[in-house]
Amino acid sequence: MFYIYCPHCEEHREEEEFHAAGEAHIPRPLDPENCSDKEWGEYMFFRTNPRGIHHELWVHSVGCRKFFNMTRDTQNYEILEVYKIGEKPSITSAAAKLPAQSKVQEGV
Amino acid sequence: MQKYSGFGLIKHALSHHENWQRVWRNPKPKKKYDVIIVGGGGHGLATAYYLAKVHGITNVAVLEKGYLGGGNTARNTTIVRSNYLWDESARLYEHAMKLWEGLSQDLNYNVMFSQRGVLNLGHTLQDMRDIQRRVNANRLFGIDGEVLDPQQIKEIVPMMDCSDRPRYPIMGASWQPRGGVARHDAVAWGYARAADALGVDLIQQCEVVDFIQEDGAATGVMTKTHGVISADRIGCVTAGNSSVMAAKAGFRLPLESHPLQALVSEPIKPILDTVVMSNHVHGYVSQSDKGDLVIGAGIDGYNGYGQRGSYHTIEHTVQAIVELFPVFSRVRMNRQWGGIVDTCPDACPIISATPVENLFFNCGWGTGGFKATPGSGHAFAETLAAGEASDMAKPFSMFRFHDGALIDEHGAAGVAH
Repeated sequence: MFYIYCPHCEEHREEEEFHAAGEAHIPRPLDPENCSDKEWGEYMFFRTNPRGIHHELWVHSVGCRKFFNMTRDTQNYEILEVYKIGEKPSITSAAAKLPAQSKVQEGV
Repeated sequence: MQKYSGFGLIKHALSHHENWQRVWRNPKPKKKYDVIIVGGGGHGLATAYYLAKVHGITNVAVLEKGYLGGGNTARNTTIVRSNYLWDESARLYEHAMKLWEGLSQDLNYNVMFSQRGVLNLGHTLQDMRDIQRRVNANRLFGIDGEVLDPQQIKEIVPMMDCSDRPRYPIMGASWQPRGGVARHDAVAWGYARAADALGVDLIQQCEVVDFIQEDGAATGVMTKTHGVISADRIGCVTAGNSSVMAAKAGFRLPLESHPLQALVSEPIKPILDTVVMSNHVHGYVSQSDKGDLVIGAGIDGYNGYGQRGSYHTIEHTVQAIVELFPVFSRVRMNRQWGGIVDTCPDACPIISATPVENLFFNCGWGTGGFKATPGSGHAFAETLAAGEASDMAKPFSMFRFHDGALIDEHGAAGVAH
């Protein structure tokens, strides 16, 4: 059971109040109409799924219902940091590099 | 290979069972193979076996970083069924079911396949509509299945609470009589022994750390313990670790690895002679030959490679089981563990060529790979032998996530396995 700090409520709450929503920092293509099937498929479905440092999106679903980001180690499950949407993680690893894309939506 | 038989058992009893042949060799790897299989779980070993048996390709190595069948093969709840909704997956799982039915004879190894029937419960009107649709699809496809009402369920499992009392009363179920359970470890060991007998090299404690590539084609693997081993074709069957392997090869997969937990109770006298699963209240249970109740939980929502999950996940499952079977309320739980499942967005597997030539992946089985072990191995062996996806594997290309031809099996595979 994780004990998670919600950066919006500013307190630690139990994991059952939260819902993991997958990998963070996946920018929605700026011009979806002109995406190729491959680009859209990559955006929708393909994930880095790293073993180690992972930046992920969580939602405080039965609390404030707001989304936030978390950096967590997927091997030992240690929560390394929690930060708000729009902020950048301070802990990163080479294995968990953000996908290099040219057109990135601001603040994602 | 020494053939196992009742007569052999008596013969070896005379020498106090001290002269049994080793079940498989422990060979030194060669420099080059026709095919290398990365991952010595059930699917990898089955692939090696069918490569040798069906396609006559015996210059094959299975490279396993731990020990054979030590991952999800040893961690699942051993349920076998084939009542999937869509033709593509029904064909694959039914193919596996037919292989299951003759597997012990084929391998000369008792995999303890027991066709004790599988019940999938429905608790809402929508559940029942989905069940009816799925059973009808199955029957049109030639897979056995029936829709049962609560009275008929009561006849099969008298102690289940089919009354109006529970929070989610049972409204009916789908019933596949040919479904059942098998002994998970024996499946890995049986395939390993039979593959070894046909000349396949099983190399344990041999972790693959990288793929060797030339001009966009894989030519071999770099191992931690035995250096470079070359191969014409490489099949990667590494379940929860597939994304990590794909990253080594330089591409991504549409997978997320999650912990999936299961637990067993203390052994009790025979009480449940079938498999009961419920997507809606999220639990499934059967009783092993040893007597323990084998209970499977849902996946934990977060990504994880730690082979353990959160406590509340198993708590929810046990609540559901006790609601279905009030008689189990005082059974004590004995052991609990987690396995890492590689879940696909459409709950269907990936048996596929990859952006790297001569490198093939068999992954994405998510929460329900055990039942498919023979079919998966059979289809992947055909794919590796031909160098392109077999007819059965074709719909399961990883590139379906580019062109959108997904096979949505969440109804049949969403929870239970």
